[in-house]
Amino acid sequence: MEKKDTSKEIDLSTFKEEVLKAYPSKVAKKRSKAIVYNDPDSRPVIQANVRTIPGIITQRGCTYAGCKGVVLGPSRDILNITHGPIGCGFYSWLTRRNQTRPEGQDDPNFITYAFTTDMHEKNIVFGGEEKLKQAIREAYEIFHPKAIAIFSTCPVGLIGDDVHRVARQMMEEIGNGVIIFGFSCEGYRGVSQSAGHHIANNGLFKNLIGRDDTVEGKFPFRVNLLGEYNIGGDGFAIDDLFKRCGVQLVSTMSGNSTLQKFERAHTADLDLVMCHRSINYVASMLETAYGIPWISVNFIGAHTTVKSLRKIGEYFNDANLKARIEKVIAEEEVKVKKELEKVYPKTKDKLVMLFVGGSRAHHYQMLFNELGMRTITAGYEFGHRDDYEGRRVIPTIQIDADSRNIEEITVTKDPRYRLRKTPEEIEALEKEGLDFDNYEGMMADMTKGTLVIDDISQYEMEKLIEMYHPDIFCAGIKEKYVVQKMGIPLKQLHNYDSGGPYAGFEGAINFYKDIEQIVCCSIWKELKAPWEKDGECIEAEYVG
Amino acid sequence: MLLRHTTAKEIDRKALTINPAKTCQPVGAMYAALGIHGCLPHSHGSQGCCAYHRSALTRHFKEPVLASTSSFSEGSSVFGGASNLTQAIQTIFKVYNPDIIAVHTTCLSETIGDDLNSIVSKADEDGLIPEGKKVIYCNTPSYVGSHITGYSNQVAALVKFFSKSTSHKCNVINLVNGWMEPSDQREIKRIAKMMEIRTIMFPDMTDSLDTPLTGKYDMFPKGGVTQEDLTATGDSRFSIGIGPDCTENTCVKLDEKCHVKYDVVDIPIGLKATDRFIMSLSHHSGLPVPGCINDERGRLLDMVADNSKYLYGKRVALYGDPDTLVPLVEFLISLDMKPVYVITGSESNYFNKHMEKMLKNISGAKYKSGELADTFRLHQWIKQEGVDMIFGNTYAKYIARDEDIPLIRIGFPIADRPGHNFFPITGYVGATNLVIQILNAFLDKQDRTCEEEKVEFQM
Repeated sequence: MEKKDTSKEIDLSTFKEEVLKAYPSKVAKKRSKAIVYNDPDSRPVIQANVRTIPGIITQRGCTYAGCKGVVLGPSRDILNITHGPIGCGFYSWLTRRNQTRPEGQDDPNFITYAFTTDMHEKNIVFGGEEKLKQAIREAYEIFHPKAIAIFSTCPVGLIGDDVHRVARQMMEEIGNGVIIFGFSCEGYRGVSQSAGHHIANNGLFKNLIGRDDTVEGKFPFRVNLLGEYNIGGDGFAIDDLFKRCGVQLVSTMSGNSTLQKFERAHTADLDLVMCHRSINYVASMLETAYGIPWISVNFIGAHTTVKSLRKIGEYFNDANLKARIEKVIAEEEVKVKKELEKVYPKTKDKLVMLFVGGSRAHHYQMLFNELGMRTITAGYEFGHRDDYEGRRVIPTIQIDADSRNIEEITVTKDPRYRLRKTPEEIEALEKEGLDFDNYEGMMADMTKGTLVIDDISQYEMEKLIEMYHPDIFCAGIKEKYVVQKMGIPLKQLHNYDSGGPYAGFEGAINFYKDIEQIVCCSIWKELKAPWEKDGECIEAEYVG
Repeated sequence: MLLRHTTAKEIDRKALTINPAKTCQPVGAMYAALGIHGCLPHSHGSQGCCAYHRSALTRHFKEPVLASTSSFSEGSSVFGGASNLTQAIQTIFKVYNPDIIAVHTTCLSETIGDDLNSIVSKADEDGLIPEGKKVIYCNTPSYVGSHITGYSNQVAALVKFFSKSTSHKCNVINLVNGWMEPSDQREIKRIAKMMEIRTIMFPDMTDSLDTPLTGKYDMFPKGGVTQEDLTATGDSRFSIGIGPDCTENTCVKLDEKCHVKYDVVDIPIGLKATDRFIMSLSHHSGLPVPGCINDERGRLLDMVADNSKYLYGKRVALYGDPDTLVPLVEFLISLDMKPVYVITGSESNYFNKHMEKMLKNISGAKYKSGELADTFRLHQWIKQEGVDMIFGNTYAKYIARDEDIPLIRIGFPIADRPGHNFFPITGYVGATNLVIQILNAFLDKQDRTCEEEKVEFQM
């Protein structure tokens, strides 16, 4: 596609009308509610977390993917068995780039393995519980894991296999302190991966969190990092920052995680929420049960990393901690500035479109801002209204049939509940700018008139590119080569292609360099052969 | 170690599959449907199936892979997916406008028992399928067979929905493609062209999953077998099924429906399988083998003869699909290599029969197919007695690194290297490519790891 002059103002106002023309009227009506023009001060209502219309080519996946793939997948010492036909276990095998680093050569690491019951027709007809039990016995005999998790795929719910009962029975049969628990995360529950996140959160809380009261770690400022999956090593980069600042990371959910870290999460004093969508349930439950407050953080982007670190300093209000944080910031900002100066002239004013995830389409705008790039449209694949408009809208969200069938667990105060901060202290911290139990959502950080699109379709994506010619499009693997065939580079922001880490200062520098490479890549200028270019006639050239 | 829990000690497993050497039916159906011109594959099930299959195929081909889904909710799982599919058909024709929608089922829609025939017939009666457009379908329950079963079922459905016989037979040979790369199909086409044989190839992924970068994106690329050609397959004089497990079913169906006789051959991977393929082509077309094909064969032999000492006696472990493994193992044996361990997750009599015959003179050789024939087992065998090389998809690299053995990437998915959809392994040219890959892997390792004084200028 020929590049248009992007220096002039982009007129997004015609997009919605134009794109809806192609749809049958019912579809158009529904899609029109998911395509809105932003106003950060008076955020529009966006339709989100509702069913995708059958036949629409969507980015979305299923509940199993959200539960097994996203939330539990990154844990290395829980042996995850997929109960179902062969496919689901196969496709969620090593495809998400969550890195993990076992401490010793003998420490368990099951991430490189796929375990499945490979259900056959006879198991569908006569039930699969016996095969599942036998699979658990064999898994225990070969691998001796401390914990086994069972993930249900579509047919399991339909034929009535009770994975929770099997888990209880097998836990009793095997003994030896092994924990076995199941997830009813059949693909058809919910409308996207999001339902699976919720189911996984419930399972973590019910089965693992709070089992071990041991308080360990050399720093007194104890935090959990929630919704960070260590894709491309992001979690390692943040972990490293925390160590330098003197912040004790009790658990990460769930990048580079282990069973023990989940079990001790309740001993932290502050929860930091990265991906609000996938983990906010655990944050709320930890607060209700154990009294741990949570704040939103964002380590994607150097400025936001500075802000997030300072929030931690503010919360613990310790002069030494604050000084260490400022020292790290000062050291890192020099490096960041140096790299940004090199890259900025090449990236400034470039146009970005971002359609990914449940927080990344928001968080990565911060990094692009640093590069002087403009995000003119963005949206989530599986976000809810609160991820766009902010948590204040939660009470107004209508619960539909698809959300109602996802279990809401009732959490009560645990005997170990301990108020981390008095209401007065919380109030004082809020005056200092700390925003507890809140996420303001994507719209707050996008300028007026930009386009926000939920659950973008293949057709809408093509239309956006055709009408506005972005310099870079960010989405996932299914979109990548479609966009690139149009002559626009696509950066995957689910799995970062093969890049990362992009979190923290080190990550920001990596991202600047990778985006520089993408916008400077020469091949995109060669799409037309010399003989295809307008006004160029072929002339014979002879070697002299 | 990446696979640190894998040890040489095998237990008698009955239920737990570990690191599978197969995947499920629908992805095969989706792949096959991408070889039809103007066709949109449609997954009748949860969104996740479609997303996973598209992702797997996209990672492998590094090409756009478009498919739609019935987006089942809990409601559709209880009440059936008819209304989802009906709505999908309407939406797809209005928004994406393919010529054909190729619906395949999933374990979800199969378990609830959706009847595609009645749903699609009803949609047709209600006028939801525009004039000249088609909705075809096949059953691909994920709990039966494997990805190759799904591929085979989708290809067989093409006969059911398209093939017609008139009284007029044409001097055309149908080439029914098994699961191969677009590059392998392109090479087979080139061979047929050199022999001046008129063919209809189906499905045909060339120019569909190896499209050029031009700045223009076409959701329905120029490749793929056309409806006209599919219809005409019923009038062809003969069919050659390339790869028994993926194509025999189709050949039989076409014979039953339109009386087109057939031969089913191994995929022409390696010397002897290519010899047989060329002879089958020549015999059934009645055309002689041109000299240029002899030259290609001769160049392969020449290269093997020049380098045979690096191949002799090398122990090899392989996993993949039966249609690929049978000719590949045969080729390795003809190179004097020793395929000692062979695994496929797909149930296959074809595989079992040939492995028994081919491996009986190789001491210590083992093979297994079907349930519980997985790469964990293959790795355990390697731990019991080592090999010099492994063949497999990208998952094999975890074994290769742990065991420090060279890996030749063949199979699905290959997510970490380009090239497999450009450079064929079929035909004599493909066999030459393959031998070069094998040699490079051995010789690179030798150059990198041997003692300094042993580094050879000439090899």
